[in-house]
Amino acid sequence: MTTATSGSPNVEFVTVIATESLSKRFPRVTALDRLSVDIGPGVTGLVGANGAGKSTLIKILLGLSPATEGRAEVLGLDVASKGGDIRERVGYMPEHDCLPPDVSATEFVVHMARMSGLPPTAARERTADTLRHVGLYEERYRPIGGYSTGMKQRVKLAQALVHDPQLVFLDEPTNGLDPVGRDEMLGLIRRIHTDFGISVLVTSHLLGELERTCDHVVVVDGGKLLRSSSTRDFTQSTATLAIEVTDTDEHPDGTGALRKALHARGMTVSDGSGLPGAGHILLLTAQGEETYDLVRDVVADLGLGLVRMEQRRHQIAEVFKDSDEQANAQGSQHARKEAVGHGG
Amino acid sequence: MAVEQTRAQAPARAGEQPTHAGEQSRIHNIGYRNYDGPRLGRAYARRSLYSQSLRGAYGLGRSAKSKVLPMLLFAVMCVPAAIMVAVAVATQANDLPIKYTDYAIIMQAVIGLYVASQAPQSVSRDLRFKTVPLYFSRPIETADYVRAKFAALTSALFILTTVPLIVLYVGALLAKLDFTDQTKGFGQGLVSVALLSLLFAGIGLVISAVTPRRGFGIAAVIAVLTISYGAVSAVQAIADVQNSGDAVPWLGLFSPITLIDGVQTAFLGATSNFPGGHGPSSGQGVVHLLVVLALIAGCYGLLMRRYRKAGL
Repeated sequence: MTTATSGSPNVEFVTVIATESLSKRFPRVTALDRLSVDIGPGVTGLVGANGAGKSTLIKILLGLSPATEGRAEVLGLDVASKGGDIRERVGYMPEHDCLPPDVSATEFVVHMARMSGLPPTAARERTADTLRHVGLYEERYRPIGGYSTGMKQRVKLAQALVHDPQLVFLDEPTNGLDPVGRDEMLGLIRRIHTDFGISVLVTSHLLGELERTCDHVVVVDGGKLLRSSSTRDFTQSTATLAIEVTDTDEHPDGTGALRKALHARGMTVSDGSGLPGAGHILLLTAQGEETYDLVRDVVADLGLGLVRMEQRRHQIAEVFKDSDEQANAQGSQHARKEAVGHGG
Repeated sequence: MAVEQTRAQAPARAGEQPTHAGEQSRIHNIGYRNYDGPRLGRAYARRSLYSQSLRGAYGLGRSAKSKVLPMLLFAVMCVPAAIMVAVAVATQANDLPIKYTDYAIIMQAVIGLYVASQAPQSVSRDLRFKTVPLYFSRPIETADYVRAKFAALTSALFILTTVPLIVLYVGALLAKLDFTDQTKGFGQGLVSVALLSLLFAGIGLVISAVTPRRGFGIAAVIAVLTISYGAVSAVQAIADVQNSGDAVPWLGLFSPITLIDGVQTAFLGATSNFPGGHGPSSGQGVVHLLVVLALIAGCYGLLMRRYRKAGL
C-alpha cells in the first residue's frame, strides 16, 4: 500500500483507493469479507452480482458506515477518521432515483454544489459548465419531473461532478438506459477520466460494459475479492490472432497450406468456424511477440500474401466463463480462487 | 470575501482559454475547467441548507403555486393585529385589546396549519425523492442536516408569530400607550413565541420525517396539534365544571399549545386561557416548562435517530 500523506496536497497519489482486509458484517450477512485491494487512478470497474457488496463498499469508502474490521484509505485519507475530508473531494452518484421532480436541473445542481462547499457564484458557474459537459442544454431550466431516464442520469452525474472532485463513485450509472443511452453514458464516463482528469470507480453487474470503459476491473463476489487486474490483462492473456492469406498458384488453398505449416511448428490452429469469413480465416492463440514473428516468417516462406493479421479481443465475460468452468471442474471454493488467480 | 476570490480567478482562467478556442470548431466545447477556488466546508453547507429551507418555508425559490399557502397564512396572521391596532388608535384606548402573549394562543389554528403545510414540505420531499443520500455523501453530517432543518422551520414559525406582535407593538407606540408596559409585554410575547416556535417545529418535523408521503404528514401534524388541543380543552372544561379545578393545569401538559399557555401564565405574565382561568402555580409552571424543554430535546433526538437510519 502506498503511504501518501494527507498533509501534502501536491503528492501524486499512486493509489486512489486502498483497502486492507476490510470486512463488514451485519447480524445476518457478511457484506464484505477481508477485502484487500489497491486501486490506482483511471477508470476502475467494480463488478459483482447484486448483493455482492458493491454498495456497502462505497458506503464505507465515503466514511458513512464503519467497517467491522480492517481499514481503508481514499485519496490517502483514512475513512474512519477523515470521512468529511474525503466527501469534500469525492463525488457520488447513487444507483436509485434521487431527484426532486419539481425543481429544474440548474436549481438542483446549484444547491448540491453549495452543499459541497462551493460559494454561490462558483456554484452557479460550475453548474452551468457541468450540465453542459454531461450534455444538458436548454432543458436544464425545465423541472426534472419531465426528463427522460437518460437525462435524469445525466443530472445525477452532474451533481456528482459539480464540485470538481478528484474521484467519483458511480453506482450502476447505466441502469435503466436503452442501448444508445448506455453507450452515451459509458462514453461520458470514459471522458470523466480522459478529459476531466477525475478518477472513476464505477459499479456494474455487467462485465461486458466495463471492458470498453475501464482501465482496471475489480470483481467481487459474496463480499470477497475474486480478481483485480487491468482490462488489458484480461484480454491479453487470451489474445487470439485472426489470420487471412491469399491463395497462390503454388498453394491453391493458401489457408490450408498455412494451417499445415503452422501445425508443423507446433501451433494449435482452429478455422474459426461460426465466424464471418470462416474457412478463410485461421485463429490461433498468441503466446507473445514471437507468435507474430513466427506467423510472418511462415507466411513469407510459403510465398503467400498476408491479407490480415489482427487481434481478436475477447470479451471479459468469456474470461470469466472459462474461469468458472475450471472452477466447476475443480469443485471446491479454494480451487476456484486459484483458477481465477491464474488468469491475471 | 470568498466570492470575490472566485470572481478574481474566473477571468484568469478564462484568459487561458483563447489558445484552445481557436482550435475548437464548436463554440460549446470549451473544454473542462478544474475548480481551484475555495471550498467552504461543513459550516457553510449547513448555513446554505438553513437559508434554502427557510426561504422554502415561505415558497421563495419554489414554484408560484407553493408560495400561495404560506403567504396567505402569513397575511391571515397579521390582519387581526392590524385591525386591533387600528381600533386602539382610533378609539384612543388605554391598552391593546389583547395581551401580546395571548395573540399566538388565539391564532393557534393558523399556526397549526402553517406547521402542517410546511414541515412535510421541508423534510418529506428529501425522503420521498431519496435526496437525503446526496446530502450525506457531502461534507455535512446527520447533525448538520437536522439542525439546519430544525432551525429553519423554527425561524419560519418565529417570523410568522413575531411579525403580528411587531405590528401590535408599533401600533401601541403610535397610539401613545405606556412605553415601559408595552415593551415589557412585547418582550414576554417574544419569549413565548420563541418557545412555541421551537416546540411546534420539533413536533411537526418529527411527524413529517416518519413518512415520506406529504399528505400523511400534513394530516398527522394537524391531527396531533388540533385533536390534542380539542381533547385537552374538553377534559379541562369538564374538570372545571365538576369543581376539580386543581386538575386543569395538570391536564394542560398534554397538548402543545396548552403547555405554552401554562408556561407563559406562570412566568411571562400572561392571563391563562384555561377554562375557569385555572392557571398553573409556579411549581406547576416549572413542570410545564420542563415538559416543553424535554419535548424539544426529544424531538431533536428522534430526528437524529431517524436520519442516522435514513443515511445512504
